[in-house]
Amino acid sequence: MATAIPIMKPPIATRLVRSRIDRRRATFDRTMRTVAFVAAVVCVVPLAAVIIFVAVNGAPALNLDLLTKAPKALGVGGGAASAILGSLQMIPLAALMAIPIGIAAAVYVSEFGSRRSARIVRFAADVLVGIPSILVGIFVFTLLVLPFHQFNAFAGSVALALLMVPVIMRTAEEILRLIPSSLREASLALGIPMWRTVLSVVLRTGLTGILTGVMLAVARAFGETAPLLFTALGSRLVNVGDFSKPMDSLPIFVYTNARAPITALNQQAWGAALLLLLIVLTINIAVRFRSLRGRVL
Amino acid sequence: MATTTQPSPTLEPPPMSVSSNDPIAIRSTVPPPSQVVEQSGPASGSIEVAGLNVFYGAFQAINNISLTIRPNAVTAIIGPSGCGKSTFLRTLNRMHELTPTARVEGSIRLDGTDIMAPEVDPVQLRRVVGMVFQRPNPFPTMSILDNVVAGLRLTGRRSQKELDEVAERSLRRAALWDEVKDKLKANGTSLSGGQQQRLCIARALAVDPEVILMDEPASALDPVATLRIEQLMAELRQSYTIVIVTHNMQQAARVSDETAFFTMGEDRAGYLVETGRTIDIFTNPKNQLTEDYVSGRFG
Repeated sequence: MATAIPIMKPPIATRLVRSRIDRRRATFDRTMRTVAFVAAVVCVVPLAAVIIFVAVNGAPALNLDLLTKAPKALGVGGGAASAILGSLQMIPLAALMAIPIGIAAAVYVSEFGSRRSARIVRFAADVLVGIPSILVGIFVFTLLVLPFHQFNAFAGSVALALLMVPVIMRTAEEILRLIPSSLREASLALGIPMWRTVLSVVLRTGLTGILTGVMLAVARAFGETAPLLFTALGSRLVNVGDFSKPMDSLPIFVYTNARAPITALNQQAWGAALLLLLIVLTINIAVRFRSLRGRVL
Repeated sequence: MATTTQPSPTLEPPPMSVSSNDPIAIRSTVPPPSQVVEQSGPASGSIEVAGLNVFYGAFQAINNISLTIRPNAVTAIIGPSGCGKSTFLRTLNRMHELTPTARVEGSIRLDGTDIMAPEVDPVQLRRVVGMVFQRPNPFPTMSILDNVVAGLRLTGRRSQKELDEVAERSLRRAALWDEVKDKLKANGTSLSGGQQQRLCIARALAVDPEVILMDEPASALDPVATLRIEQLMAELRQSYTIVIVTHNMQQAARVSDETAFFTMGEDRAGYLVETGRTIDIFTNPKNQLTEDYVSGRFG
């Protein structure tokens, strides 16, 4: 064959010298890195700002009175006991409705449903997560408030449950799909019936992960305001146990007191806001902490 | 095709260590009720497969396999990858039904009863025909003790005393008792791979099956752990019918009394080439395909 045609190359020393294009690229690189860094900072700053802002304003108002006393019907003074007790009643009831439905739906999708039905349910849950929560409030309003001509705490719980179900369902389903099918086979091969396999092997193995989803859903329910506006409404009265009547809740308390033209009430709003923030942050950090340590299953 | 001769004297089980905790000794001194009955009659746990076809949707995985599996013996299923060995094994306790598209034709008779008959409950069947899988799969949330008795605890009420007894008996039979007796509360997944696999065998034994299906039970284990499993099989065959799928021909030759060689046809459906006493399959095969396979020329 013909010998290779020699290619005239410049000497290596020349080729290594930075060209004008290289210098422009280096400048562009530095600029874009800075832009990306600033964007990353912008993501972190709001969280820090909100926490600091609420802590600074809320700390003076977060006292024993706020935690234990009922709001005064008129004038200033009192506390947020109605709101705290309201949240502590409506959220457990909502969880009581949402947890079984969410987990059962996840079990159906991951263990029994066809691939097609699983896709449909998963898609519906994803859309439901993204639906503005005020729409859920209006829906429950027409369903459970209008017919009775009465705002009531039960409707509030139902609205919160509707928001919790897709969160629980999606996390539980993700966890159940992580559980190796070899465990199901091991159980079934021992002559353990399917229902028992699902309960004692599959759900038991995924329990920690499923609890994570439940806790995230609870944290979300604590902070939801919009769906409660049309349902539980809010109340200045301490309502313990009467779900047919309006009931207060922390976010609604913050909302109403923050709008009041009285500084003392605004102060209470800050205090309640800090309490709400602490609750939600505690739940979230606890969940992240656990999943960071790899305790997914 | 299938031979049902008695075990050949030339096919002794592999040498095993004889200790004071020899599981056979325990088994013979404290036989469970079902085994007492068994001794008076013919050995139970024979499987007769006739004209078995298995389909996954439109794909035929197994083509017209007829095979007799002798009780109280180890039957090895060998053959190249994809020839339907595992599929065949899974039909024997209807685990194939977990695959939604799977469909079976033909008959499988366990001591004369067609296990595919509508009145046979697959859940009950799997208590009689147990299974050990390729990868050890102890329940990760359960202790060693709970793993062993899971099949009993999750299928009905039993006293803790009874469960403890069954657990000890099963762990002894699986040659694991001495290694775990001091840490029965420890998590099942804390054991080594080989121990986990013996735990899975103990778990299968605890529900008192007649037949044990093993799907490449040692392929995920190191040689030492593999040897222990093979010794265990030699001990268990005296009381159980064992069917083992293996890729490892040396293993089949070491542990089995009978061997069935599967391969796949042009249509990729697995079929039975030859079956018989292991010694015959490995030293004097009748079929050229078998000879090529056991001598390592293909597969």
